[in-house]
Amino acid sequence: MLNPDLKLNQNIFNQEIEQKPIRDGYGLALVELGESDPNIVVLTADLVESTRVETFAKKFPERFFEVGVAEQNMAAIAAGLAVSGKIPFISSYATFSPGKNLETIRTTIIYNRANVKIAGHHAGVVTGPDGATHQATEDLAITRSLPGLTIFSPCDVEEAKKVTLESVRVDGPVYLRFVRDKTPILTTAATPFAKDNLPVFWLSQNPTAVIFATGHLLFQALIAAKELEEDGIDVLVVNVATIKPLPEKELVGLVEKTGAVVTVEDHQVVGGLGGAIAEILARTAPAPIEFIGLQDRFAESGRLNDLIEKYNLGSVAIRAAVKKVIQRKK
Amino acid sequence: MEFELTQTKIKFLEEKANHIRQLIIEMLATAGSGHPAGALGMADIFAAFYFYILNHDPTNPNWPDRDRLVLSNGHICPAYYAAMALAGYFPVEELKTLRQINSRLQGHPHRTSLPGLETTSGPLGEGISQAIGIALAGRLDRKKYQIYCLTSDGEHQEGNTWEAVMFAAKNKINNFTVVIDRNNIQIDGSTEEVMPLEPLRQKYESFGWAVLEVDGNNIRTFIESINEAKAISEKPTVIIAYTVPGKDVSFMEKDFHWHGQAPKPDQAAAALKELRTLAEKIRRED
Repeated sequence: MLNPDLKLNQNIFNQEIEQKPIRDGYGLALVELGESDPNIVVLTADLVESTRVETFAKKFPERFFEVGVAEQNMAAIAAGLAVSGKIPFISSYATFSPGKNLETIRTTIIYNRANVKIAGHHAGVVTGPDGATHQATEDLAITRSLPGLTIFSPCDVEEAKKVTLESVRVDGPVYLRFVRDKTPILTTAATPFAKDNLPVFWLSQNPTAVIFATGHLLFQALIAAKELEEDGIDVLVVNVATIKPLPEKELVGLVEKTGAVVTVEDHQVVGGLGGAIAEILARTAPAPIEFIGLQDRFAESGRLNDLIEKYNLGSVAIRAAVKKVIQRKK
Repeated sequence: MEFELTQTKIKFLEEKANHIRQLIIEMLATAGSGHPAGALGMADIFAAFYFYILNHDPTNPNWPDRDRLVLSNGHICPAYYAAMALAGYFPVEELKTLRQINSRLQGHPHRTSLPGLETTSGPLGEGISQAIGIALAGRLDRKKYQIYCLTSDGEHQEGNTWEAVMFAAKNKINNFTVVIDRNNIQIDGSTEEVMPLEPLRQKYESFGWAVLEVDGNNIRTFIESINEAKAISEKPTVIIAYTVPGKDVSFMEKDFHWHGQAPKPDQAAAALKELRTLAEKIRRED
């Protein structure tokens, strides 16, 4: 059942569940931050509307910088602003930033310990019709490898707002992962958020597997959990909004309680959430793991639900993975 | 700038530049690797900045109102480190730790390792952008400090450099000056053979910048060009400073092979002998 303590949206299993783009939460939070802190500045590389920085730009024109189609320049300008006491948010598509400008981010932001917040939009295959060129499916692998970078991957618009607000409380660089298309709103304003927490969204009596999901596919994991319950299989579903650092002790506790793991992410299975969890479990509490994500391939143009189905990212694939991983238990 | 630019002051700066060159040779010989040509070529400009141009306080490197000197082509950091040490940012003795384990003097500058560094640099083409960020912050905070960005000619082959050049013109960033070390060499040979940069002046002019050209190994004319640049407020200014790579070490001068290799002990001894003779000559000049 849905965890009652988390004050989740009660319409999660209703066909009529309200949907909004995760990226909207970024825009809303930036305006709040802009009002409360004069050091907040925002940059974009010719993507004002689609990275949702329009309202900030209108309200705080002096603190908004349009750099044109120049992601490297955007990252390094932000580094200069940050070492001078500003808190810059750089906003582009994740395939370009931190994709195209990776070395600039590595040198001038990460190694330089510049307090820059990197917002990577259009993450995952659900970027949809634009096709694989614009679907960032390697950004977590890229950012996870950067020392000292905090990474947030929110599950819905509400959580996107919370992680954006949280990012300024992190003294150092942060990567924020946002999604383009409308996705179900799973949480409410009252749902608690803590950076070093692994909230269990779906509870059950005798769980035999734990599903760790990040981003909008958490919805698919919850659907799968409900269907598995009908099949007589108890699982836990955990929302992983902080990809790095992962709260190791809590993670291991959940795995030891269940003995089998399924990871779910709209990202390559290489180097993302599944990789992060496997790395921890391999040296702490080895357990069988199944990985839901892109299986080392590119996706294509298409609608959200068609892509989720074709690339085995949805509830059907998750259910099958849970059954498989339980079978693999010794 | 605290002093009038008297002949005595010029002589003082020339002695500092010579001292920086000697330290560069010693550091690189000890380290066994590094980049002598560009560092030697820029010694005069570093002396001019740290001992005349910059409004700074080596005992208070984080002073918010200080002028900022951003080094974009981080590989010439031996000149940067030597100038900073002589100016009092850290003990001169520490220079010999360059490129060694546990040193604050990384092979390419790392801002958080050493007080007084404004940025982290080495990968080329990123300095002007970072300097622009510092300038924008200064503008937002209504600060009066100046930002200077030292760049190489070779890094004008990087796309990022021109992204920054466009941005500065659009935003009329006028509290900063870019200096190009126009020494015509890069790792693989002469810049005009590897990837031609000329006409560099016209490139910048067409991007909306004011351009000054100067002999970068003449301290007096370089300082005069900095003064001229500061007086230009309607657009960003670049100073193309023509320098001799390997300056004052005869066997290194204008030879691109010295871009990225350290002198061996006997070569270092010969270089130091030459530089000390020159120091004596500067001292005796009236």
